Amino acid sequence: MRLKYVFNEVLVGLWRNVTMTVAMIITLSVSLTMLGASVLMYMQVDRMKNFYYGEIEVSIFLREDVTDAQSTAISQAIDRSPLVASKSFESREQAFEKFKVLWRDSPDFIKSVGPESLPASYRVKLKNPEQYKTFAAEVQGLPGIQDIVDQRQLLDKVFNIFNSIQVMALVVAAFMALAALLLVGNTIQVAAYSKRREVAVMKLVGASNWFIQAPFVLEAVVAGVVGAILGFIALFVSKIVLLDGRLQALTNVLTPIPNGNVWLMLPLLAVVGAGVSAITAWITLRFYIKV
Amino acid sequence: MIQLENVTKTYPKASRPSLDDVSVGIEKGEFVFFIGPSGSGKSTIIKLLLHEVSPTRGRVMVNARDVTSMRSWKIPHFRRSIGCVFQDFRLLPNRTAYENVAFALEVIGKTKAVARRVVPEVLELVGLGGKEHRYPHELSGGEQQRVAVARAFVNRPLILLADEPTGNLDPDTSIEIMRLLDRINRTGTTVVMVTHDSNIVNQMRRRVIEIESGRIVRDQARGVYG
Repeated sequence: MRLKYVFNEVLVGLWRNVTMTVAMIITLSVSLTMLGASVLMYMQVDRMKNFYYGEIEVSIFLREDVTDAQSTAISQAIDRSPLVASKSFESREQAFEKFKVLWRDSPDFIKSVGPESLPASYRVKLKNPEQYKTFAAEVQGLPGIQDIVDQRQLLDKVFNIFNSIQVMALVVAAFMALAALLLVGNTIQVAAYSKRREVAVMKLVGASNWFIQAPFVLEAVVAGVVGAILGFIALFVSKIVLLDGRLQALTNVLTPIPNGNVWLMLPLLAVVGAGVSAITAWITLRFYIKV
Repeated sequence: MIQLENVTKTYPKASRPSLDDVSVGIEKGEFVFFIGPSGSGKSTIIKLLLHEVSPTRGRVMVNARDVTSMRSWKIPHFRRSIGCVFQDFRLLPNRTAYENVAFALEVIGKTKAVARRVVPEVLELVGLGGKEHRYPHELSGGEQQRVAVARAFVNRPLILLADEPTGNLDPDTSIEIMRLLDRINRTGTTVVMVTHDSNIVNQMRRRVIEIESGRIVRDQARGVYG
């Protein structure tokens, strides 16, 4: 009976103030979408780091006019270094073969480039990719080296972009959350006001505090859960439309987002949405329903 | 049953205390009038007994329990042993007489079955048999107050507090309400009534405690308004 009473009160409460309820749910869902997007991005960057950091190499490009003696000296210097895990040599012809594969869609471009345009290089895998600087210092001075390129630095630039997008999403999420919580607080105030007679009688006859507060808190929780579901749908749709659709080329480079991670957002957003709105409602009630 | 021990209550920003070092004891089953002019502090007593406000100094004992030091989460349960009636009835306008009384039962966890058994009984007791399904606006002032009394009494409280219950009623209706409170008192319920209705006090000839400027100036066993 009491549960039925409470749920009935919740539905009536949400419906009585339906414009405010809609506003509350929309802001909640936008905020939660942003939160979900930024969590997904965080997980994605982590996955990509794991994936790419195992693959990355330091490339030592050789000058065009490098002599065999210089090349051998560089090779020996690499072999002597304790930081190196493995090393391979890529001749100009091999580089050209790779180049042809990479640009196979633009035969004109390939035609304009010959093996002589590409430098030969040593590809070095370090035991610990973080030690790039020390390794670079060891070989830097040797004659015949055109350039030393650390793929990790290139990757880090990409990851930095992801991190900034993620921070931006979090900032938007935080501001929307603030707006959403103010709306939750306001909705609860309005609800408490419109039920002030009932609340006064309940206090008078000694209804327990949780019983008085439960319908209001649950109103906020329902809004939070609905907002979370909408936010999840928004995430899922944008994953399908954007990442699997229009930006598919990009996803091939970026490693695909597993659906499992997206599904994980549903309980996460629901818990965050419901929890935060419940706490907001409860704190609001402390001010509006005194014992 | 009720003990006020050197109770002083000063509201924030008030220049003088509403109650000033008041000590009074009320036994189980008594019928007590608190009288005095407006602003004398008599309504503050009701608020103290309900723990709506806390005393600035002193101790309030109800039912052998120290209300002053009661933890806030225990207050709801404590209030179930006290019934309350007000000048403005405080009924829910969108509920019938029956529903108003049943509401008081349901929100403290009683089942609908209990309500179906107890509510018609108590409505009969207050003389509203046959009017269970009227809404407050379909009832006269006296009938509305009867609903309020039924709601206050439906839990069989040990104490019934009445804050000017006849303030909005004509003299004849007031007397009917007083008869009702008297009947409730005869069941053993302690009744504490705040009023400035001299007619009623003079007719009832019960204990009268007069308050003026926050102090007790008279405490008479079978008093008149004076």
